[in-house]
Amino acid sequence: MKHIVIIGNGIAGITTARHIRKQSDHAITVVSAESAHFFSRTALMYIYMGHMTYANTKPYADDFWVKNRITLKQAYVEAVDPDNKSLQLGDGTVLSYDMLVVAVGSKPNRFGWPGQALAGVQGLYSLQDLEAMERHTSGPPVRGTRRAVIVGGGLIGVEMAEMLHSRQIPVTFLVREVTFWNIALPPEEGSLIARHLLEHHIDLRLETELAEILPDEEGRVRAVLTKTGEQIDCQFVGLTVGVGPNIDFLRSSGLALGRGVQVNRFFETSLPDVYAIGDCAEFTEPIVDSGGFARRPVEQIWYTGRMHGETLAQTICGQRTAYQPGIFFNSAKFFDIEYQTYGSVTNPPAPDEATFYWEHPAGQHCLRINYRPATGQVVGINVFGMRLRHAVCDRWIRQQQTLTHVLTHLPEANFDPEFFRQYERDILRQYNEQTGGSLALKTRRGLFSRVFS
Amino acid sequence: MTTRIQQIGLALFLAGFGLFISILTLSQFRLTDAILTEIVKPEHRTAIRAEVAPMMDKLYGSQWAFAGDFKAAINHLNDGYKQQQQWDRVIYDTYAFSVTKAASTGFFPANTGLFSGLSIGLALFGALLYILPRQQQLPGIKNNHLVRHPATARGWIGIIVGGFLIGFYVVLYFYPEYLTNWVLLVDPLSRALSGSPASQWFLYGTLYTLCILVMGIRMLIKYRHSRYQQVRTISVMFFQTAIAFILVELLVRFNLPAQDLKNMWPLDYSFFFDYRINNHLQAGTQGIWMFVWGVALFAIGVPVMVYFFGKRWYCSWVCGCGGLAETLGDPYRHLSDKSLKAWKIERYVVHGVLAFAVVMTLGVLYTFLTGNGSVLGISTYDLRSWYGFGVGSIFAGVVGTGFYPLMGNRVWCRFGCPLAAYLGLVQRFRSRFRITTNGGQCISCGNCSTHCEMGIDVRWYAQRRQDIVRSSCVGCGICSAVCPRGVLNLENGPVESRVMQPNPIILGNDSITVRVPE
Repeated sequence: MKHIVIIGNGIAGITTARHIRKQSDHAITVVSAESAHFFSRTALMYIYMGHMTYANTKPYADDFWVKNRITLKQAYVEAVDPDNKSLQLGDGTVLSYDMLVVAVGSKPNRFGWPGQALAGVQGLYSLQDLEAMERHTSGPPVRGTRRAVIVGGGLIGVEMAEMLHSRQIPVTFLVREVTFWNIALPPEEGSLIARHLLEHHIDLRLETELAEILPDEEGRVRAVLTKTGEQIDCQFVGLTVGVGPNIDFLRSSGLALGRGVQVNRFFETSLPDVYAIGDCAEFTEPIVDSGGFARRPVEQIWYTGRMHGETLAQTICGQRTAYQPGIFFNSAKFFDIEYQTYGSVTNPPAPDEATFYWEHPAGQHCLRINYRPATGQVVGINVFGMRLRHAVCDRWIRQQQTLTHVLTHLPEANFDPEFFRQYERDILRQYNEQTGGSLALKTRRGLFSRVFS
Repeated sequence: MTTRIQQIGLALFLAGFGLFISILTLSQFRLTDAILTEIVKPEHRTAIRAEVAPMMDKLYGSQWAFAGDFKAAINHLNDGYKQQQQWDRVIYDTYAFSVTKAASTGFFPANTGLFSGLSIGLALFGALLYILPRQQQLPGIKNNHLVRHPATARGWIGIIVGGFLIGFYVVLYFYPEYLTNWVLLVDPLSRALSGSPASQWFLYGTLYTLCILVMGIRMLIKYRHSRYQQVRTISVMFFQTAIAFILVELLVRFNLPAQDLKNMWPLDYSFFFDYRINNHLQAGTQGIWMFVWGVALFAIGVPVMVYFFGKRWYCSWVCGCGGLAETLGDPYRHLSDKSLKAWKIERYVVHGVLAFAVVMTLGVLYTFLTGNGSVLGISTYDLRSWYGFGVGSIFAGVVGTGFYPLMGNRVWCRFGCPLAAYLGLVQRFRSRFRITTNGGQCISCGNCSTHCEMGIDVRWYAQRRQDIVRSSCVGCGICSAVCPRGVLNLENGPVESRVMQPNPIILGNDSITVRVPE
């Protein structure tokens, strides 16, 4: 029996702990300074908006950890001492390990803007960030937040906008790019979301960059200055320009660090018995998923953290296992519009790819399918305002189904609730109009089609 | 954020509601000989007339005093009979309600139309004024501040509302003679529908239906982006108004048994009581047909419908208790206890009530068929009155609805309803219904579990990619609606295709090929 110590109780660390427990009798200790128990980071916004309490965001009851003999320790790890296989904790104690898993996640990026350390300026990643946001945006009306500025158009930026919107705090949203979240979204989807934000009275400013954050006499934010010289008065600034590995405490450990903790496909670091997973891990060898697409060396996605945890637990329990991601998928919700993506949808599409795009006239639902015209093979699907069945999309992309197959079988993937309006017919009609074809739907929606297809 | 119109609406609602409460104190009361002649049975008339002589033609300022004196008089009379061991002369009829209602006099009883408009009418108008402006907001899940607001987070408003509801049920069930002024308000409606004066149950039915209609409109607006929620809400509004309320009164008008034709045994626990069976028999062909319908509903309707659609076809589409929970109770869904311990208690209690209902009914039927009033030394009359008091009144009414703002909107359905237990057994073991979880998309956020009114920890299944197959699930579909990532879907399909075991490795990770045999 070995003592496995996991630093970080996010989805990556906790998944590792659960899977180690399923397969072995190792002693497991999870160390985190952030919270006593595992909570769902993705739900932070709902606590602020009052949809859920903090307790509601804990996926497992507190006695789950006792029952499963997973020791939780709330402490800050000051330093890792690989020579003595021990951790120096903030409370002065030393914790020894046989194997160490670094799953410490990210911290919000800050790019050296003047004033970025002022009170009222923050990112949103941790429970402490949420508490800070609560402090910074509540307060008596006179000193309260009359306007907030969010810098950086990504998923966390939109979440922050929705959070502030729920408390009637006017939001100005500065986005450097020409269209919204263009590293992930093609222009049509970016515009769809931009329109939705404007509908919610979010003051979205595309192609606008932050130059400086201005203080008041008490060292609180009073305004921001954009690169065009415009001053926007505000009492709160959300910096949501991405996140980066939270690895400063490892500088003296001797671990090979790049942007993150450098690992191979087995999550092995430069030191024996030390592994790194999740947001803080950086692959030094290329990772190609089962769809044949290269993955980013640092992939800061919640689902990815879970998969890392599932995989590393095998290695720790004696079954050395390389990380092999399947077909890519992700999802998000932008105010009221849900988004799912499967496979590879890049902006712009790869040179050998073409795209089919359908958008409902009301502009709240759309579907994009990227494919290779040479073979017809579908490589990726984006969907907004509709729900698709993960297993079906995964199968289509894995089996390299053609665009016409996917379009004619689309109802099979429909995961919207009963009685919802279906758009498969409209989508196929548009395809027929564009290609002069006369394809017809071949499946119906629902479990029936899935089970007997 | 509340708009100015909403604030006015709230003010009007509170004004109407305030007047409604104060109406209970408005009447004056005078007992006359004509009232006694009309209400009291001939065999009791002489004795009661002598006993209440001091009350005659005296003007009472409140019903507390009037009903108090009247009940004291009857008790005194009965005490005398009991002392003299004249058991056959003891009066069991509850005249207090009818006599108090009839004795009401003065400005209020002469102007009930005016008072109805100023109380119930104004409250309804104010409520709609508060609800309708939500149409202006963009559609979508907007549970903002729900877990912090004093009305929905067991704060002071929630405690006041809960206290009022509990008090209302206690008075309604056990002291209806103090509610006679409210009953007078709905007398004209009752006469129009059934041709007879209103009882406290007609008052209750009217208020119940109004709550479902008004809060149903709120539900339709709140979930106007979800057609499942819309169709379902229209369904409960229809069944309550047309079948449970209006049709029952019309049946009375046509001298047929007053039966809510969508209600069924064992929720309708008195369905096999002797007086109801006799009622059916006396009503001829139609009466017998209604009896057969009632039996077929639970004996054939439940297994067949639950097999195809799950218990939701009844619990969140048709049932009156469910209808109130899904409309009036909508703001309280998140208050249900999600703990494992609560689930354990739930299983013992709800199946215990089902067993009690079956035993009680068998006893009652035994007595009906054999004329023998006791089984194994236990009186079947006691059995049925214990059930009626403990389950029918206290559990279903006082606790079931009174605790909405404290323990969530499905306390009765989850812990007490014997029909729900029966539907649930079919759903768990023999149904095509399940809530499917969508591959690897769950982010464990907890919205589904938080807003599950039945206290099911939906997330526990979703995050391990297992279908939700639970006897308690009423299929309200809120978990699917609040899910931010499109993970949950209510579906019907072959029974064997329900995923009852988790996949240890969730879809999207090809590193490991282990799969639990399904």
